[in-house]
Amino acid sequence: MTAEYLDGNALAGPLGEIFAVDVTAATGRCANCGLTGPVASLHVYGPDPGLVARCPGCDEVVLRLVRGPGTAWLDLRGAVSLRLDVPE
Amino acid sequence: MNIISRGFRGRQRRDDDRLPPGQYLVEDFPVLSAGPTPRVPLDRWEFTIDTETGRTHRWSWEEFTALPMETPTVDIHCVTKWSKLDTTWEGVSLDVLFDDVESAAEYALVHSYGGYTTNLPLEDLLDGQAWLVHRFDGEELEPRHGGPARLLVPHLYFWKSAKWVRGIRLLDEDWPGFWETAGYHNYGDPWREQRYEGD
Amino acid sequence: MRRRLAWRAARLHEARAETATARTLVLDVPGWPGHLAGQHVDVRLTADDGYTAQRSYSLAKPADGERIELTVETVADGEVSPYLTEVIEPGDQVEIRGPVGGWFVWRPDGKAPVLLVAGGAGIVPLMAMIRARRQAGSRVPFRLIYSLRDQDGRYYADELRKPEPGLDVTYLYTRSAPPGAARPAGRVTLADLAEGGWPADFAPDCYVCGPTGFVEAAADLLLALGHTPERIRTERFGPTGD
Repeated sequence: MTAEYLDGNALAGPLGEIFAVDVTAATGRCANCGLTGPVASLHVYGPDPGLVARCPGCDEVVLRLVRGPGTAWLDLRGAVSLRLDVPE
Repeated sequence: MNIISRGFRGRQRRDDDRLPPGQYLVEDFPVLSAGPTPRVPLDRWEFTIDTETGRTHRWSWEEFTALPMETPTVDIHCVTKWSKLDTTWEGVSLDVLFDDVESAAEYALVHSYGGYTTNLPLEDLLDGQAWLVHRFDGEELEPRHGGPARLLVPHLYFWKSAKWVRGIRLLDEDWPGFWETAGYHNYGDPWREQRYEGD
Repeated sequence: MRRRLAWRAARLHEARAETATARTLVLDVPGWPGHLAGQHVDVRLTADDGYTAQRSYSLAKPADGERIELTVETVADGEVSPYLTEVIEPGDQVEIRGPVGGWFVWRPDGKAPVLLVAGGAGIVPLMAMIRARRQAGSRVPFRLIYSLRDQDGRYYADELRKPEPGLDVTYLYTRSAPPGAARPAGRVTLADLAEGGWPADFAPDCYVCGPTGFVEAAADLLLALGHTPERIRTERFGPTGD
C-alpha cells in the first residue's frame, strides 16, 4: 500500500501563521493510545480540505487544522497535552 | 492581495455555466484524504441504517448488489474548488434502501470505515438525490475513491459524499461530522458557495 | 519574541541547473529573518485570475543576508515545480512564508557527530546542514549517505566531490551503479548504514530525508542498528510535493 501522508514537519508553516513558537518541535501525547513524541513525527494528511495529523502509533486524529479566508480552525482534542520550549 | 507570479497558470481549468461560483473544472479525479485508505473485504462489508428508535436495517455486499441499480450521470463539486462534469456511477438509490425504514428523524449522520463522518438533513438523501454507489466510469470503484462503496450526494459539496461508507444513523438532533466540526459549513450547498462555517 | 508568519514577496535573482530535472533558485526576500539548516519554506504562486497553489521546499543553504536558495525537483504532471524549474525567470516574483520547522534542524553549536541519510531530493535540507557546518567552522564530524537512482541525478556534485575535513560522503545507487562502484545498484541496506554511518555507541544525531518509503526503510534500519528513536529525525516528501 502506498503511503499517502507527510510528517508533522508539514504543519510548521500553517501553524506558524497562528502561533509565535514552533509547535512542530513540541512534544505531544496522543489522547487515544498515550504515545508521546514530537508533533513533527505525526502522520499528516492533506493539505486539502484540511490538515489532519494522526498518531503514528494508532492512526487516531491528534490535530486538525482548516484554513479559510481570514479564519483558521484548530482542533487539538486528540492531544492530551503539548510540551513546548519557551524562550525566557 | 496576493502577488501574481508572471507566467503561472496552474492546472488546466476553464469556465462553464454548469460550474457553481468559485469552482474550476478539472478533467482528472483528484484524491483527497484525511487518513489511511481503509481496505474492506467484501465478505465482511455491511451497510446499515440505524433509526432514532434503535432499529437497525442491514445489508451484506450480496444483498446490496442484488438491489435494483441506477446509473446516475452527475456533476460533482469539491469544496477545494474543483468540479468534474458528467461523472457516471452505478449504485442503489437511497430511496430503495429507505423503502422499509420507518423514521420521524430529521437528521442523518453518515459514518464510514476508517472513522469518517458527515451530517446532512435526511430529506437531502431522499427523492432521487442520493445513491450508494460501487462503480465509477464503468469500473469497480477504487479504494482511493471510496470503494467498495461510497455515498453520492451530488447536489452538496463532495465531502458529504462519504467514501468507504458503512452506514447512516438517523437522529432527532443534528450531529456535525468530521469536517463540519472543523470549520466547514454544516450544509454545504455549492450554488450558494457554503464552504466554511458562517458562509 | 518571534512573530507569527506572514507571506513575503520574493524575487528570483538567478537560477542554475543541478541536474536535468532539478534547479536551484536564488531568491531575494526583503525582510528575511535568517534560518536554521534543515528548515523549509512554503512557496505560493498566484495566477492572474487569482488561482493559487502552494508547496513546501527545503532551504538549501544558510541565508546570505536577505538572499536564500531552494533546490526544486520537477515532478511530472506537477503544478508548482514545473513553473519553478522551467518557467520562472530572474526578476519574477513568488510569495514565501517561512522559515518554518524547528525540529528537523541542525544547530551549529551541536556537539554530537552527525549522520545524514538522503534519498533523492531529500539531500536538500541535509546539504544545508553541511554548508552550515562549513560556514560555522564546526569540527563536529559529519557523514552523508546519499541514495539516488544513478550518477546523473546527483545534486551539488562538484561541491560534494571536494575533500572536506570531517565530512565523509557515501553514494548508494539504486538503479545503476557506475563502473568500479563499491556496491552494486540496490536499495539501502543495513550494511550500507553500518559502513557509511556511525556506530550507535557514538550516539550520533541522525537526519533522514527523502520520499516516504525511503525514510521509513532507512529509519527502521537505523533502529535495528541500535540508534535510539530520540536521535533519529525524519522528514518525508509526500505525494503533494509537486
